Amino acid sequence: MNATVLEVRDLRTHFGQAKAVDGVSFSVARGEVLGLVGESGSGKSVTGFSIIGLVDPPGTIVGGQIVFDGRDITRSSREEMRALRGRRMAMIFQDPMMTLNPVLRIDTQMIEAVQAHENVSRTDARARARDALGMVGIPSPDERLQAYPHQFSGGMRQRVVIAIALLHQPDFIIADEPTTALDVTIQAQILAEMQKLVAQNNTSLIWITHDLAVVSRLADRIAVMYAGRIVESGPVSDVLARPLHPYTAGLIDSVPSRNQRGERLRQIPGMAPSVARLPTGCAFAPRCPRADAVCAQAVPLFAAGPREHRCVHPLPELRV
Amino acid sequence: MTAAVVRRLLQAVMVMLAMTVIVFIAINVIGDPVDILISPDADQIERARVVQALGLDLPLWQQYLRFLWAALHGDLGESYVYNEPAIRVILERLPATLELAVAAILIAIVVGVPLGLYAGLRPDGILTRVIMTVSILGFSLPTFWVGLVLIMFFGVQLGWLPSGGRGQTAELFGVQWAFLTKDGLAHLILPAVNLALFDACLILRLTRAGVAEVLPLDFVKFARAKGLKETRVIGVHVSKNIMIPVVTIIGLEFGSIVAFSVVTESVFSWPGMGKLIIDSINVLDRPIITAYLMATVAFFVIINLVVDLTYTALDPRVRLQGEGP
Ligand SMILES: Nc1ncnc2c1ncn2[C@@H]1O[C@H](COP(=O)(O)OP(=O)(O)OP(=O)(O)O)[C@@H](O)[C@H]1O
Ligand SMILES: [Mg+2]
Repeated sequence: MNATVLEVRDLRTHFGQAKAVDGVSFSVARGEVLGLVGESGSGKSVTGFSIIGLVDPPGTIVGGQIVFDGRDITRSSREEMRALRGRRMAMIFQDPMMTLNPVLRIDTQMIEAVQAHENVSRTDARARARDALGMVGIPSPDERLQAYPHQFSGGMRQRVVIAIALLHQPDFIIADEPTTALDVTIQAQILAEMQKLVAQNNTSLIWITHDLAVVSRLADRIAVMYAGRIVESGPVSDVLARPLHPYTAGLIDSVPSRNQRGERLRQIPGMAPSVARLPTGCAFAPRCPRADAVCAQAVPLFAAGPREHRCVHPLPELRV
Repeated sequence: MTAAVVRRLLQAVMVMLAMTVIVFIAINVIGDPVDILISPDADQIERARVVQALGLDLPLWQQYLRFLWAALHGDLGESYVYNEPAIRVILERLPATLELAVAAILIAIVVGVPLGLYAGLRPDGILTRVIMTVSILGFSLPTFWVGLVLIMFFGVQLGWLPSGGRGQTAELFGVQWAFLTKDGLAHLILPAVNLALFDACLILRLTRAGVAEVLPLDFVKFARAKGLKETRVIGVHVSKNIMIPVVTIIGLEFGSIVAFSVVTESVFSWPGMGKLIIDSINVLDRPIITAYLMATVAFFVIINLVVDLTYTALDPRVRLQGEGP
């Protein structure tokens, strides 16, 4: 774990008035797994799409830098970005039922992915596709190449998608809740598989999820997003054991397994704010038990060693 | 697959049979051809002779059975006007209508699909707004009126294109075709454009709607995430998904075009089936009308079958009914 593969600096991606991502900074080292967590609508997916240059209109990156391979790719041309996507960076989506084109065979969809970046024959591309399918644990890959997506189960489809993401051994993969749509056993298998594969290739992984349990198993570091910003980040075990930001603490407390049997599930009171009307200060303040007048002012980034947070009243280091 | 096709064919036969009943009864309701065929000053004996010769004195059900029996042998009666087998008269006119319809569909596709793609990809463009406005006009203007305007403008005012008839023809597979000669082709343009207008607009709007629907889907985004070129994303991933409704419409509209060619053929004096049927209705030439209707039904049935088969080729998720799980 050493060289930085990707560095995002003060990224701002807005959809008109809606500041979906508003000042996100983080970096990922080679081979590192970063868990990006946060409530629905906090801007996790938009962050991912910003990095690979596929933000849906009317969204645009209005500020910040995404430094990859020594250059700011927010300034790259469309063609430069296309040449990076799929080859040096890959993205996996949430719903494997929707990710593959229903009317094209698996081989078509894999061969085109190989040939998009390398001048190889169909036969060679096909062989690469077959090997990739074998690698992600799909039985009789030669036959399965001929099949259409609907002939696969959800879990198998997500494996195909992962195989496609791995075709060019990218520097990093952004996985946007890739197991949320799958049932628990399949989820566990895919997690284990994914962990093994990125470790083998020393690929960095940005794993977007709601699920703190997944993050604790999989990630090296965690970044917690709230209303378009990262409010806390650090090594995953530290952050989960001793959260500094009250929002992180709230997230941890609302994980079902941490609650006592028979007790009501604890929830963070209130609702996530609309990203169209964010306060100048801490966006979490209205829901925060520790908030006071100071929180209405802009919050700087506090950093101590590997841990960073944006809270003027962080929780005491030791929590039981 | 084979079982499914056989089933479809059986269904088709049933449809055809039902149609014979409807056509036969309808034809008997619309008037007595004897009045038209015989000069008003013919006497009773002459009249009775004609009625008997045509078999019009028999009870209706007997007439129907005779008709059905003959139809099964490919005999739909002899035209009162041409004194030739009706089926032959129809088939002689079929190539003219067919080439007009095919030309119209081709024009509709070549114009409609690219413009629809453009409009779908640039929903806010100025050109898109122009295209969509024009397409509404194309929908709502009556075919015969557009035909007359085309004739007046390109035929009469500018004198660029002939405005009536089929021009020279040349033979291919023992059939005369206009599109094989330069003169015939020039004659084909205006009626084909006229006939294509409605369907070009329909295909355009359908393509645009399809693009708007498919573009935000995850698999399009994933195709881009793989680093595919935009031409491939649109040309393969998007197009293949929107082709399904477009092919259906093209298939169904091909039938309508044959039906609508009645108007266009009359406006442009195009000697096809459409013009023939109008002339035949005017003189109540029953066998021709019957043969025309039967031929049209057969045509629709065949097209539906072809569309169904194309479906399975385009969409792997669709399996023909009766094929099993
Ligand atoms: N296509 C879009 N048009 C307008 N606004 C959008 C669009 N996509 C995202 N947004 C805005 O960005 C915000 C963040 O969306 P994003 O999809 O990144 O959330 P998320 O953290 O991934 O949530 P989830 O966990 O539900 O996937 C949304 O609340 C929405 O306001
Ligand atoms: Mg998301």
